[in-house]
Amino acid sequence: MSSENLIEINDLNFSYSTRAILKGIHMTMPRGKVISIMGGSGSGKTTLLRLISGEIRPSAGYVKFSGDVVHELSRDKLFKLRRKMGMLFQFGALFTDLSVFDNVAFQMREHTDLPESMIRDLVLMKLDAVGLRGAHHLMPNELSGGMARRVALARSIALDPSLIMYDEPFTGLDPISLSVIGNLIRRLTDTLGMTSIVVTHDVQKSLKIVDYVYFIADGVIAAEGTPKEVMESTAPFVHQFIHGEEDGPVPFHYSGQSYRQDLDLGDTRV
Amino acid sequence: MSKYIVSVIQNIGHRVIESIWRLGVGSRFFLLVLLKSGTSLRRFNLVIRELYFTGVLSLIIIVVSGLFVGMVLGLQGYETLQKYGSESAVGTLVALSLVRELGPVVAALLFASRAGSAITAEIGLMKATEQLAAMGLMAVDPVARVVAPRFWAGVISMPLLAAIFSVMGVLGGYLVTVVFIGVDQGTYWSQMQSAVDFRFDILNGFIKSCFFGVAIAAIAVFEGYDAPPTAEGVSGATTRTVVTSSLAILGLDFILTAFMFRGVS
Repeated sequence: MSSENLIEINDLNFSYSTRAILKGIHMTMPRGKVISIMGGSGSGKTTLLRLISGEIRPSAGYVKFSGDVVHELSRDKLFKLRRKMGMLFQFGALFTDLSVFDNVAFQMREHTDLPESMIRDLVLMKLDAVGLRGAHHLMPNELSGGMARRVALARSIALDPSLIMYDEPFTGLDPISLSVIGNLIRRLTDTLGMTSIVVTHDVQKSLKIVDYVYFIADGVIAAEGTPKEVMESTAPFVHQFIHGEEDGPVPFHYSGQSYRQDLDLGDTRV
Repeated sequence: MSKYIVSVIQNIGHRVIESIWRLGVGSRFFLLVLLKSGTSLRRFNLVIRELYFTGVLSLIIIVVSGLFVGMVLGLQGYETLQKYGSESAVGTLVALSLVRELGPVVAALLFASRAGSAITAEIGLMKATEQLAAMGLMAVDPVARVVAPRFWAGVISMPLLAAIFSVMGVLGGYLVTVVFIGVDQGTYWSQMQSAVDFRFDILNGFIKSCFFGVAIAAIAVFEGYDAPPTAEGVSGATTRTVVTSSLAILGLDFILTAFMFRGVS
């Protein structure tokens, strides 16, 4: 494995009982880059993140993180590996019984023996990086959606991970918060030297901040390339996705029997 | 008709199999919680925090209910006993009823409704809002960090609350029979003291409440952790906690009473 690649995914397959979600995915994610994974709802993007973090096991193939095959690790080793990962959930997933400060301090208290005075300084530094140092005393229910997302971002970089995974980080944000989160993802990746994986639907925002894009459709990689390449792509799926066209390779109508048949008009022709 | 009967039998069979399967999953989860209780013991402040939410916040309902149950017992007991000229035994009646049965059982039923449902709802909502998943991805085991402290807080709170319930009941009985009705207070206390045995009554009542505590806490944390991550799922799990805990308390009470007081007169 190349030392430049933090993650290598090879022939990755995953099924929920008999329903195949991912079918032979190949990806490489170099260190220090922002990689975007795009695709329609239910295309398996979040499943891919769960496979990378070792929450679920692949049916075939593997994910390598820093040279380790994730699903072959023992529970203890997997937990050690996860200390190198951060994850930003769609709606932040902040611990609602802890304050903003305690949320960011959570991992430091759980995994390190740092004195409380040092934890305080580190937490304030992390919160300052997302512009919320002044909100450290608030509870999660006092935060707006954008602020909660920023606190969750500060929490996910608490132990300076090598990788951060963002699951739909732009969902439900106003344009200002959206821009703030997008810029933070880029800035934190560059300043902390991490690798970022952004799972998103938001084409316009994400193409401005990412280095490389993978499109997933029907469980396979439908297209990939730099933002410039995908913007200029003539592949039907990429074109439909980027321009938000109603019909195309992803059909408007869910497959079923013919319209005439459904209306009992006696003709089975479509 | 035969199809209908087959379908009914199939339905019953399905429900029985599902219940047994769920009991198995719940038992395995219970063992898992016990295995992962090391963190709770090492960092006892996590349990103390939960003791506040589970135990201290249940005090009001336990104290008020205990007082009223004792007052009613005193009133009803006095009315019945005076017919036989035995009103001096009212203290004994109040104390034995509370320490042996009503204290542990009613306190457990109240605890299941007040604290058990809250534990289930909290864990279920943490699951629905991905807080447990987030914790797992931070390499922190949610069973050790979230579930086990709540379980032990429930186990510790229950006997203490049952004892407080019984004490308040005895005081309630005193208030009605001695202060309001005028039974001699020396008789009230001395009859109680001579009739209530530490080993058979108080200790057995304490053991009962410990069993109830384990049952309620185990059911509450399992239902919360196993709840489907939706509003409907959490609401269903909360209801199941109260119903299952209440039935478990009454069933356990019968079994424990049969073992503890068999042949004692």
